[in-house]
Amino acid sequence: MVQRSTPPLDASFAALSDSTRRGVLERLGRGDASISQLAESFQMTLTGMKKHIGVLEQAGLVSTRKVGRVRTCRLGLRRLKEEAAWIERYRQLWDARLDALDEVVDELKAKEKKDGRDR
Amino acid sequence: MDETGSGPATKDRTAVERRSERELVVTRSFDAPARLLFEAWTTPALFMRWWAPKSLGVPLLSCEMDVRPGGRYRLEFGQDASSAMAFYGEYTEVTPPSRLAWTNDEAENGALTTVTFDEQGGRTLLTFREIYPSKEALDESLAGMEGGMPEQFDQLDALLATLGAGGQ
Repeated sequence: MVQRSTPPLDASFAALSDSTRRGVLERLGRGDASISQLAESFQMTLTGMKKHIGVLEQAGLVSTRKVGRVRTCRLGLRRLKEEAAWIERYRQLWDARLDALDEVVDELKAKEKKDGRDR
Repeated sequence: MDETGSGPATKDRTAVERRSERELVVTRSFDAPARLLFEAWTTPALFMRWWAPKSLGVPLLSCEMDVRPGGRYRLEFGQDASSAMAFYGEYTEVTPPSRLAWTNDEAENGALTTVTFDEQGGRTLLTFREIYPSKEALDESLAGMEGGMPEQFDQLDALLATLGAGGQ
């Protein structure tokens, strides 16, 4: 497991060199799917599809999760990293926005205090 | 004058969490009562001072708000009126000073947005929540594209095209 934590580029290229595997990635881009669903869509045996998924998994392009007897595939770590980057960008926008809101609210607070004293 | 607000946690005071496939939640605590946050959120002149921070890169040109259930709002962003982009919708819930909800009608798959202000002991927890009609709608919105595919698919497509051309 440990030595696979950073899949070598070679593995990615090898994984992408096959048209079925490229098709599988495209299909998973539209939503998660089980190995048997993929086997059916690509008209191949379960064993054949398992092999393809294994190659994609080793390249970090797909991750799988087994629930009961069904193994579900989704786009791999790279996708998750992208999502983390989007969320961080969104968080930075909100952080700046709420900093500005904080200033406005501080002003309102100060004004209230002053008005209270003046009265 | 009151400097207690700039305590140790000056960074990352704003938390963002994807609570589910369709839901994004922003939270932050303020050293102020809920009614002032509500006022800053529902008064156009005040709202315009904070909704479009400089880092957004696009100024807010105008802001109209009819803050009552069924009332509408309209925001226009842009460098000038000719290139303005409008965001608009309808308030579905207005409960001063603790809760507001509105629709986002400019996009086909716009979110339903709720903001709540929970005051406790003089501090207020702000929770801003967007619920999208589908996972894809949230993904698209996060990726900041209109109807397009997330960026990584474009990159993958480019890579596949290269491989296709160079390969068999």
